Amino acid sequence: MALKIVKGSIDRMFDKNLQDLVRGIRNHKEDEAKYISTCIDEIKQELKQDNIAVKANAVCKLTYLQMLGYDVSWAAFNIVEVMSSSKFTYKRIGYLAASQCFHESTDVIMLTTNQIRKDLSSPNQYDTGVALTGLSCFVTPDLARDLANDIMTLMSHTKPYIRKKAVLIMYKVFLKYPESLRPAFPRLKEKLEDPDPGVQSAAVNVICELARRNPKNYLSLAPLFFKLMTSSTNNWVLIKIIKLFGALTPLEPRLGKKLIEPLTNLIHRIYLFFSQILHHLSAITLVCFSWLIAFLFFITVLISLSSGMPNHSASIQLCVQKLRILIEDSDQNLKYLGLLAMSKILKTHPKSVQSHKDLILQCLDDKDESIRLRALDLLYGMVSKKNLMEIVKKLMLHVDKAEGTTYRDELLTKIIDICSQSNYQYITNFEWYISILVELTRLEGTRHGHLIASQMLDVAIRVKAIRVFAVAQMATLLDNAHMLTGNTQRNGICEVLYAAAWICGEFSEHLENPMETLEAMLRPKVATLPGHIQAVYVQNAAKLFATVLKSQEGNTDSTTAQEASQLMIDRLPLFVQSANLEVQERASCILQLVKYIQKLQQKDVEVSEEVCALFAGELNPVAPKAQKKVPIPDGLDLDAWINEPPSESESEDEQPKAIFSKEEPKHSRPRHTEVDEKELARRREARKQEQANNPFYIKASPSSQKVYQETPGVEHIPVVQIDLSVPLKVPGLPMSDQYVKLEEERRQKERAEKKKKDKKKRKEKRSGRGKKHDSGPESEEDITPAHMVDIVTEEMPENALPSDDDERDPADPHKALDIDLDKPLADSEKLPVRSHRAAEVLKSPAEDEEGENVSSLEPKKKSSKEKREKKKDKDKDRKVKMLFESGLSEAKSSKHKKKKQKREKEDKEKKKKKKHHHHHHHHGDKGGEESVQNGTVEEEEPLPAYDIQGNLQDGSQVVVSVIFENKCDSFLKSMEFNVLDSLNSKLQRPEGSGPHDSLTIPFQLPPGVSNEARFVFTVQSIIMPQKLKGTLTFIVKNEESSTHEKLDFKLHFTCTSYLITTPCYSDAFAKLLESGDLKSSSIRLEGVNMPFHHLLARICFHHHFSVVERIDSCASMYSRSIQGHHVCLLVKISSQTVSVDAKCDEPTLLGNVLDEIKQTFSQC
Amino acid sequence: MIKAILIFNNHGKPRLIRFYQYFAEDMQQQIIRETFHLVSKRDDNVCNFLEGGSLIGGSDYKLIYRHYATLYFVFCVDSSESELGILDLIQVFVETLDKCFENVCELDLIFHMDKVHYILQEVVMGGMVLETNMNEIIAQVEVQNRLEKSESLPFILH
Repeated sequence: MALKIVKGSIDRMFDKNLQDLVRGIRNHKEDEAKYISTCIDEIKQELKQDNIAVKANAVCKLTYLQMLGYDVSWAAFNIVEVMSSSKFTYKRIGYLAASQCFHESTDVIMLTTNQIRKDLSSPNQYDTGVALTGLSCFVTPDLARDLANDIMTLMSHTKPYIRKKAVLIMYKVFLKYPESLRPAFPRLKEKLEDPDPGVQSAAVNVICELARRNPKNYLSLAPLFFKLMTSSTNNWVLIKIIKLFGALTPLEPRLGKKLIEPLTNLIHRIYLFFSQILHHLSAITLVCFSWLIAFLFFITVLISLSSGMPNHSASIQLCVQKLRILIEDSDQNLKYLGLLAMSKILKTHPKSVQSHKDLILQCLDDKDESIRLRALDLLYGMVSKKNLMEIVKKLMLHVDKAEGTTYRDELLTKIIDICSQSNYQYITNFEWYISILVELTRLEGTRHGHLIASQMLDVAIRVKAIRVFAVAQMATLLDNAHMLTGNTQRNGICEVLYAAAWICGEFSEHLENPMETLEAMLRPKVATLPGHIQAVYVQNAAKLFATVLKSQEGNTDSTTAQEASQLMIDRLPLFVQSANLEVQERASCILQLVKYIQKLQQKDVEVSEEVCALFAGELNPVAPKAQKKVPIPDGLDLDAWINEPPSESESEDEQPKAIFSKEEPKHSRPRHTEVDEKELARRREARKQEQANNPFYIKASPSSQKVYQETPGVEHIPVVQIDLSVPLKVPGLPMSDQYVKLEEERRQKERAEKKKKDKKKRKEKRSGRGKKHDSGPESEEDITPAHMVDIVTEEMPENALPSDDDERDPADPHKALDIDLDKPLADSEKLPVRSHRAAEVLKSPAEDEEGENVSSLEPKKKSSKEKREKKKDKDKDRKVKMLFESGLSEAKSSKHKKKKQKREKEDKEKKKKKKHHHHHHHHGDKGGEESVQNGTVEEEEPLPAYDIQGNLQDGSQVVVSVIFENKCDSFLKSMEFNVLDSLNSKLQRPEGSGPHDSLTIPFQLPPGVSNEARFVFTVQSIIMPQKLKGTLTFIVKNEESSTHEKLDFKLHFTCTSYLITTPCYSDAFAKLLESGDLKSSSIRLEGVNMPFHHLLARICFHHHFSVVERIDSCASMYSRSIQGHHVCLLVKISSQTVSVDAKCDEPTLLGNVLDEIKQTFSQC
Repeated sequence: MIKAILIFNNHGKPRLIRFYQYFAEDMQQQIIRETFHLVSKRDDNVCNFLEGGSLIGGSDYKLIYRHYATLYFVFCVDSSESELGILDLIQVFVETLDKCFENVCELDLIFHMDKVHYILQEVVMGGMVLETNMNEIIAQVEVQNRLEKSESLPFILH
């Protein structure tokens, strides 16, 4: 044995180590590849040896080769071997190699689970550290699930070095295994207050990463972070926390106000930190720009907070001014950061940035591309009707000057983005826009031909007034097609011809000379275009042909028509031979048609009408999301089986039968699809792999640059000057500048006219009103479009569902992490632990206990606490309910009493809210219930109760109808209703208003009158009852005075209110109960003194149930929540005791509903 | 989050690559080439931030880089990182290298890529900033180096 070791180490002396390898590669510059391949062979030999030192050395060399681009995944197993060495030196080499080349589809990762677990619990903290570092790079969902519990234990390790690593890696674990977030969160929160600053920083880091994607779940941590911010000494932590607050303040406006002061105190520290960084970078002395940095920081903070604070526009104004100085600074980093900050302000306060347009345009000339791109980004938000043309003109100049295709392409897309934003809102003259698009087609080597084409199509289709002009322009474009297609390298731009051909064909009735265009479209050169464009050419040539025929209709001289047919017959055969099937098919079809038409023409038969009928009808634009929004018709269940699924029992028992009956179609089908899906996935993967490996697949864009520069310029495209008086009928390509001039003249004229009118007005009426118009420069509304433009909106299906949830990318791993963290942990939510070998795991007893604390004890405590709170709330609530009964007339008298809170509250309530039930019609004895109804404060109603169509699909909406009754003798007006949104429930406010704006109630109340208003709330989770605080403000007006009054109230969203009365048949009910998915629970009501049918009616009425079946003193009832939970009840009565056994698929919801039922009966 | 850390010299030769998201080897080389192309054509007096770089990520990502003598240090980060903060981190990393290698130069990185990795592992872990305190980083690196030395003592002593 000893000999073997000696031998091994002697061998080793002759092996190359990493340094030798590097030296060797440097000495073989000419035949590097060959040298490396011999090295790899050596490494393979070394890996075959038993000596772990030799193996580790080989793996270390492989890591180096990996950096040079060599695939070393073949050595994955050897890497695992080195990882499992007991020596730290080798272990480290192994983990490094693994972190560089392992990924999710590396299959040997499965083998590492136990090794990693062993390393994690190693007594040597550096073994653990190395394992954590490695794991952070290659953690897979399986590893995350298996090791989550071990890592969580490490979060309480005695060594801060391990704690910080364990905390940090939890983020990766959450991403791969989202179920671990809730159980691990309490401990993560604990780590925010860890004594070690490194651990604290790691915890802040992780929570900031989590909160960035789902900020609302972390709102409850705000006080803790606030404390950290004021106490922490770590600049990194501070920056992270400030960023986090930036995400939280829009959700909770009060935070913003609270933050201002401590932040101002912090500025000095942060500014020193930042100035140090910049000091390294820049030759300028510190003093010179130190205050700039301070402002930069202050501004960033203010901006992140400003979105929650509407009345800070003054300070924002100041910020923008200071930012200007930053941007004008010579230091490029400051300039960049200034622009970045500016774009953040732009989002919330566009007006204040817009005045610095000149500066931004200046930045477009900067030598630094990063700064130019930033400036471009800003311009997008700065355009208005007034300055659009000017800005685009500047950009067009830059397009001409720009070097490098990337920047030019960026310019192009930005121009189009700017013009087309919010449905062409800022375009007043579409002729100008079309000519801009046409000018853009002259751009050399752009990749964005397709984008230009789609814009042309969109404008021509949707802006009817522009079609005449567009068609003329497109015809010229088609005529000059050789300019665009002259060079095969410029394929990108020929996409434009697709649009041109289609527009000319579809709107050919506007063409001046269709015959000419037809000729242009059938030139032999067209055959060199890509197939899909040729196909459009052919199809639209047919449309043009139809137009030519039509225009010649009634003309005695039929030569033009015949010429057209002849032209088609002459030229189409070229397309019939096309290699592209689509082109071929269309061409041969149309060729035959034309031949037939020619025959008819020769017989002098009128055919134009029939030919035109082929292309009759208008095509409407369809919104891109239209298909998705088609509502599912009633009664169509897409998940239901069309044929009965094969039952599992028939598999083995019936096999002998199959021999006789040969094939069982039912049986084979699903199996077949399964194979198919796997196969598909495999193929998809293979394709992806292929694309990734194919160097041409990615290289294409950047490398093409050189070729383009050699192509001849396009200056010689005929540019015809426009006759300014008749802008609509311009032959040739007009320069957009002419339109700018024209537009300016037009606006001036308009302004002059307006002034005249204003003057007249002022003469007539010498009031102060006229001044407004005169004072400033023209405002947005003053600019009228050049001609009345009717922008056709895109079509949506009837009954389209309003849904905004399609914004988010479903592939985003953070979506799975959108988890409510405030909810107490359920028993089922535990991290998987290896139970049967638990004794082996090294754990100090203290840790063990702590672990339990987190996962089981704490939640119990919490839940009991919550129950108590709930109870308290209920008591309070009952009070409030009564309070609402008290009349308004009492109100004023005791407004200033503040001694006894309760009484004060009582007196303050001036409003009576009445439950207004939409389900009245379901029940017989309405009268009896009415009195009870009056007792309830609030009213929630699922939206679909009225609606005939969309009901359960809108599982997140609740409509609250409130009846306002004026019980005093004064007049009530300007009522505004506002509710403080909670995380779960939000009042829906009209678009454009902030999250805390109040809603104006659209009516006034004379004395003694009542009226109803409805408010829509969105609710996320419906399993718990909720209370929302709100205020109603209004003006009380009587003869002598009017006073402003405020009324606080609470809306109680009971769980019952989320239930919808849904009829259920007894067989379906029985099936539901048998399914076994439902959790059961029960309550007992004592001393109920009412007939059974009254009792049932009461449950039906108050809790939205329907009776499924009733037998004597026993009845089954059913209801369904707006989110589709089934709730089943079995109610029995025997001598004043009612027992309710209930089942539901959501135990929390069930518990709450039962509580509410109990309460209903305890009240009577 | 940091998506990748690249160190290459003035000719685009990689000296250290660390991707925190999986890319196949040839893709990694593409990214290095593209990043080098983007970074190297920029003057030394322009800003240290760079947007775009189509390969490594969408609009949320930017490159933050610094040029020291013959080496470029490039960090690719998303919007959750502070721009100036990352610049500072690069400085911390380079100063740490300087302390650990005693006047670091490109040759140190060439011949001791593994050591550079070990130092980086103490600064950034799985794409997240682990430690920014230089003394702490150096202390941890040194302890581990001592541990390694103690293990490589001649086998006869065992």
